[in-house]
Amino acid sequence: MAYSVNISQTDSDSESDFEDMGGSKPGQGTFRFIRESAASTQRCPESLQMDDFRGCTGANREDLPFTASGHMRDETLDTGQRKSLQRHHWSAATLKVLSSMPSRTAGINAVIPKYARDSSQQPQTSSHDSSHHSKPIQEETSAEEKQLVSNLRGLSVSEAMRKLRATPLSLADKMRVRRLAFRDVDESSFISRNIPCYRRLGVYISRTWSHCLFICLSVLTSLQLWHSPMKILSGRFGTGVLSYFLFLRTLLLFNLFLFTINGLFLVFPQAVNPPPHDPHSNNFTGLELLTGTGYLSQSVMFYGFYTNTTLTTCRAANSNATNTADLPICDPHQPHMVPYSIPAAYLFTIAIAFFIICIILVMSKSFGRSFQVLKSNRDLAGNIFCIWDFKVSKNTSVRLQSEKISTQLKELMSELTSGEDAKSYTLRLCRLMVHVLAWVTCLISIVLSAMAVHYLSEACITQSPFKDTELVLPAVVSAINLLLPGLFNLCTWVENYDSPSVCVYVSIFRNLMLKVSIIGVLCFRWLGRIAVEPVNHGLQCWENCVGQELYRLLLMDFVFTVLYTFLGEFLWRLFFKQVLKRNRKPVFDIARNVLELIYGQTLTWLGVLFAPLLPAVQILKLFALFYMKKSSVLLNCQASRQPWRASQMTTLFVFLLFFPSYLGAAVSVIYTIWTIKPSTECGPFRNLTTMFHSGKLWVQQLESSNTLLFWLSKAYDFLVENPLFLFLVNGFFLIVIYVHSQVVDGQRRIVSQLQKQIENEGKDKKFLITNLQALYERSSLVSPNR
Amino acid sequence: MGNKQTIFTDEQLDAYQDCTFFTRKEILRLHSRYHELAPHLVPMDYTNDPDCKLPLALIVNMPELNENPFRNRIVESFSEDGMGNLSFNEFVDMFSVLSEMAPRELKAIYAFKIYDFNVDNYLCKEDLVKTLNRLTKEELTPEEVVLVCEKAIEEADLDGDNKLSYADFENMITRAPDFLSTFHIRI
Repeated sequence: MAYSVNISQTDSDSESDFEDMGGSKPGQGTFRFIRESAASTQRCPESLQMDDFRGCTGANREDLPFTASGHMRDETLDTGQRKSLQRHHWSAATLKVLSSMPSRTAGINAVIPKYARDSSQQPQTSSHDSSHHSKPIQEETSAEEKQLVSNLRGLSVSEAMRKLRATPLSLADKMRVRRLAFRDVDESSFISRNIPCYRRLGVYISRTWSHCLFICLSVLTSLQLWHSPMKILSGRFGTGVLSYFLFLRTLLLFNLFLFTINGLFLVFPQAVNPPPHDPHSNNFTGLELLTGTGYLSQSVMFYGFYTNTTLTTCRAANSNATNTADLPICDPHQPHMVPYSIPAAYLFTIAIAFFIICIILVMSKSFGRSFQVLKSNRDLAGNIFCIWDFKVSKNTSVRLQSEKISTQLKELMSELTSGEDAKSYTLRLCRLMVHVLAWVTCLISIVLSAMAVHYLSEACITQSPFKDTELVLPAVVSAINLLLPGLFNLCTWVENYDSPSVCVYVSIFRNLMLKVSIIGVLCFRWLGRIAVEPVNHGLQCWENCVGQELYRLLLMDFVFTVLYTFLGEFLWRLFFKQVLKRNRKPVFDIARNVLELIYGQTLTWLGVLFAPLLPAVQILKLFALFYMKKSSVLLNCQASRQPWRASQMTTLFVFLLFFPSYLGAAVSVIYTIWTIKPSTECGPFRNLTTMFHSGKLWVQQLESSNTLLFWLSKAYDFLVENPLFLFLVNGFFLIVIYVHSQVVDGQRRIVSQLQKQIENEGKDKKFLITNLQALYERSSLVSPNR
Repeated sequence: MGNKQTIFTDEQLDAYQDCTFFTRKEILRLHSRYHELAPHLVPMDYTNDPDCKLPLALIVNMPELNENPFRNRIVESFSEDGMGNLSFNEFVDMFSVLSEMAPRELKAIYAFKIYDFNVDNYLCKEDLVKTLNRLTKEELTPEEVVLVCEKAIEEADLDGDNKLSYADFENMITRAPDFLSTFHIRI
């Protein structure tokens, strides 16, 4: 009589666990899977080879090791039995039974290659004998392939391609599937056959759109700027240092986008119609490139160049304005260019560019997807399989990587085995004192530097010529940015943190505080002092002044970065080699350099309103920076011995780019547009109360001039000026966000419960197998005596 | 495209573009890399699908794979015969899965194959010991290696059979954020 294992109890327990799950779809789907697998294990006993159990007929109920409730209770087995039945000592029969369980053989055929599938089904044959087994295997795979083909036919073309690419088949198989799936699909017949006619237009539009998007993406990826330098860098230094250069390339693309938009809509129209030229300024000396004054201040670079005119190709019949006197009279029956208003263009270009950048930043993959990444990286197995950086190809770097991995594993093992170190009381107090001292030093230095910048700027303002000390303030700011992070690094070195990632986070935080406070002080100077009372400072065009200051800051930042690269890396290496005769090269400080990039980008975003061509300066600067840093890193630096968690850090950096950097710049730009009075004598917004006013004026102009765009102005009035509409839209989005966050919460809870369920199933399995084996051994011990 | 190439037909290039994560230009570049591994063996004209396989020893000499401790396993996992002889299709497949744009699930499947040294569809302790030895290049003592492997299996094995099945491996990969960036070779 064969014992049948009764596991319906387990099944009902799992059902009660899921009673309060609610109706969310993923939960139900996975729950169905769990139920099916539990049911399949219930069917299992018939297929198990239980002939080993056939001999036991007369076993008493009291001798049974498992209890009636079906829950695991280890104390029913005595300790001797338990020890002997630890999972390492399962008998061969048990192992054979285990290997034929359905969970082992179902659903993962894709993972097993053809030659190994034969060897797993017949463990005795070697992989070389697989050739004569190929026929039955091929029939199986063609059934799966048929399934795949029919799945692919039901999807749209781009979706099907994406799914095909992600299937784990060999390339030859994929090509065969592709041929089968898309053999009869002709563009028109596809539409006419399957789609009802009222959806044809929508389908056509979506397919052309996805086709265009795909082409754009392939064009962008084929641009592959700096592909081979990045490959050399990643081969030598790994993913950490590479992430700095990838970040640099991303910023370059942002600036290229800004520059293109500004150039097309703002610079080009005004450059083609330049304002009347001021005769007395213009000897061009080289110093002006650095200070931004003189010749450059009258150029298209800065705010002052732009006029508050409207560009037209013809003039109205009854206008006697002098600036349009030489244009032909508009013929109402012939099409003519819509009057292009420079102030409105200025406002809307900047606003729309900022809006698009916001969308790009928020929708970027590293911002959204890997927020779960910020948990700690304690698991050992994940460390083993995900730690080797496959990009590294130079043999010295490979050796260094092995050392790094060994160190990390040793640290993890010591943490896991020894647990918390029992530090003595005095030692802990000592460390606390050191931490407090370091933090106080850093905070004091930040406050002092902010005050220094503030007083220097006040002194510069009160000094009325305003000309001679132009370069002092930017130089001081850049010097502070250069020296203080070194001090912070020294503090963290003294503090000697336990884990290297905490060390990195602390130094990033301190550096960030420094830069935020300096930019805050400078913004106060510009928006709070210069903009508010420009006449007191003898300025006719305060926007020009602010634009020039930002230009100078950007250039000084570049100059000091060159200095730092030269002194910090090149001379340091020479010093170590020649003077100290050691072969230790400095380590490339990724966090500090990335924060420098973010700082430069913040300045660019702040300055775009006052100097529309500032992104061009930033582009040139980033280009030069890339080549300079690349050569410096390859020549002077060595790979770090500390592990660098690239995806966590990249997420952090993109977040920092969004949160203090972009948002701060956006807030100050919005504040400037909304509340500050533009200067009365220069720029496109002269004689207006605020810059935002020009938008309203333009809309009113549209209403009166061109009846075709009347609806646009009406829409503007209804939508933008109407607070109720904005309130409703905001409320709707908030509700959507709330619903999504609740769904995500629920899914997270389901996932953790499912994980517990899997662990419990594993424990149940172990329990059952040990009990069955105990029963078998007891009966085989008992039966010889009978 | 502007320049006329005679290596592949347009249909072939379309098929490659649809089935891998590479563009046409990259496929042609891959072909030139494949060709320069063995110029006398690899034909320049692939329009009629020649049957040409390069042995393992030539492929692992590529600079991208030369110093990788898992180079043999990588090439073997993508070869149909399991011995490491790659045709051009398998070569492209290998670099496509290892490229930046391959999704995590696909990479996890092949990573499992690579780390499964004895090709039994499980990561047993011996597989882990071999992996760890190649990672650390004899920096850890054998006792430490065994200890690390036992702890790793204990942590990741959810169903209690002292080995890691693909489900355990995939579960572990989802908790490791760096996998996508480290399991990547630039070609």
